[in-house]
Amino acid sequence: MSVEIAATGIGVSIDARDILADISIDIRAGELLALIGPNGAGKSTLLSVLSGDVRPTNGVVEIGGRDIRSVRHLELARLRSVLTQENQVSFPFTVAEVVEMGRSPWARTGSRDDDERAIADAIKATDVTHLVTRRYTSLSGGEKARVSLARVLAQSTPVVFLDEPTAALDLRHQEEVMTTAAALARAGRAVVVVVHDLSLAGAYADRVALVAAGRLEAVGTPADVFTAERVERVYGLPVEVVTQNGRPVILPVRGAFPA
Amino acid sequence: MTRVARGITLSISLAVALVAAILLSSMVGQLPVTPAEIVGSVLRALGIQNGWAPTDQIVESTIWIVRFPRIVMGLAVGAALAVAGAVMQAIFGNPLAEPGVVGVSSGAALGAAGAIVFGGTLGITAALGSWGIAVCAFAGGLLATLVVYFVSRANGRTEVVTLLLTGIAINAFAGAGLAFLLFMGDTASREQITFWQLGSLNGSLWREVAIVGPITVLGTIAAIVLGKRYDLLALGERNARHLGVNVEALRIGSIVLVALLTGVAVAFCGIIAFVGLVVPHVIRMIIGPSHRPLLVASAVGGAALLTFADLVARTIVPGADLPIGMLTSLIGGPFFFYLLYRQRKRSGGWA
Repeated sequence: MSVEIAATGIGVSIDARDILADISIDIRAGELLALIGPNGAGKSTLLSVLSGDVRPTNGVVEIGGRDIRSVRHLELARLRSVLTQENQVSFPFTVAEVVEMGRSPWARTGSRDDDERAIADAIKATDVTHLVTRRYTSLSGGEKARVSLARVLAQSTPVVFLDEPTAALDLRHQEEVMTTAAALARAGRAVVVVVHDLSLAGAYADRVALVAAGRLEAVGTPADVFTAERVERVYGLPVEVVTQNGRPVILPVRGAFPA
Repeated sequence: MTRVARGITLSISLAVALVAAILLSSMVGQLPVTPAEIVGSVLRALGIQNGWAPTDQIVESTIWIVRFPRIVMGLAVGAALAVAGAVMQAIFGNPLAEPGVVGVSSGAALGAAGAIVFGGTLGITAALGSWGIAVCAFAGGLLATLVVYFVSRANGRTEVVTLLLTGIAINAFAGAGLAFLLFMGDTASREQITFWQLGSLNGSLWREVAIVGPITVLGTIAAIVLGKRYDLLALGERNARHLGVNVEALRIGSIVLVALLTGVAVAFCGIIAFVGLVVPHVIRMIIGPSHRPLLVASAVGGAALLTFADLVARTIVPGADLPIGMLTSLIGGPFFFYLLYRQRKRSGGWA
């Protein structure tokens, strides 16, 4: 599997406080990588560094062998797409218009057919067909999240970053989004997903990177990373790890906190 | 009706309104002129001899020296203000941003008034001639836009309340500055400054039109070229950047554009508020927020609106020429209240 993005020795300090320290990780084509860790561990910062939004204090991020800071805006937009946590739209654009905006980096590069196919695929994969004529500003939180995902998918980039794509979603749509992300990886893209639900990461990710207190605690297959001992140490909560279809499912041991 | 159908209907209505506004404004006034005389006179100026052209020299000079420059000035200033408003709303991510409301116009007016009072002493008039006032208005407008921009924005968006408070502060400062200049200036300067505060198209000259017109046309074209990027900016700065927009460059370029369009309008016609608020807003309600059609329609709509408004301003009170800025504020003020009320009801607060 070819390495799409290579990060070496990443450190981010803000006001002399280390948000991230000494993180090295590869993002590979054809692989779904889940970034997990407790609140405030630095997952979103790491995602921002890997996607070229934030310049690290130390270390280098390379995309296709080039320093990501040397790649121009438009070219970068054709290499990687990012679904952010916040997805507000200032004016009442329709859902169709918002999804179409995902195609803007490809303006004047291909045929109109490419755009239409990418938009149709993205709308189908995110289950928003019934929303296309609605105004984005009138949608519910979960609907907005799915439409924004459709926009990111329509961008059709080899690397896809998804920052908590399942946060606002109901049970079925959580599974659907992760299935879509896994399918993108099967199709040869490199997919990086930040999730909080460890079982969701365990069920769909090819590799899991556990971030704790700004450091990379462990990287590997879900079965290797999710041991009861490690999860308990990092999250400060006793858990039980069971196996379902060969994938780890992490269950908190309830009653661990005195009432 | 679909958006496309509404777009076509709007284009036709705007074109009709524009032609009607121009024709009516040329006809109505102390010296009534017939439509045939106007068409004939224009054709003759284009080198086509015809029987409609006025034979009376007074009619001819009324049309060409008094009415036409004023009409063209109205068209240019209306378009400039409406486009400036739409661009400002795009970069602030807020439909209530408007050059008059947030103080860009009064900043420009302060710059212009400074040039009137101190221009001779500081050598601005000597160095720049008739461009001096325009350049100073641009500088004042640019400074005001920069202040509003950097004070009122956080995380790529502007809260209504911060935006309006910044506007209040800038308007108050510029108002005090104008008062100071009124106090300092001689009688002639005072009259000119009062004119600036109220806004008027009265006494527009062709040589002024020659400055305002080209800048409006170029500025509008620049805004339309940037239109797609403004659409992406509606997704928020980070998302726009992820889609390949150089947000910093777009921001700075747009601030200069707003200051240029507002500054040039204010330099020759004074403060004419609310055009940039009302026009893009109404057009967004009809054809949606997509910026390319919005900017084109706003330019045409602003031109037509200001021409009509000016017609009303100079005919509603017989024998008097009301300041047009007063008129637009009388109509735009209540409209602004309505928008605030609606936004407040919808979002449940001042967010």
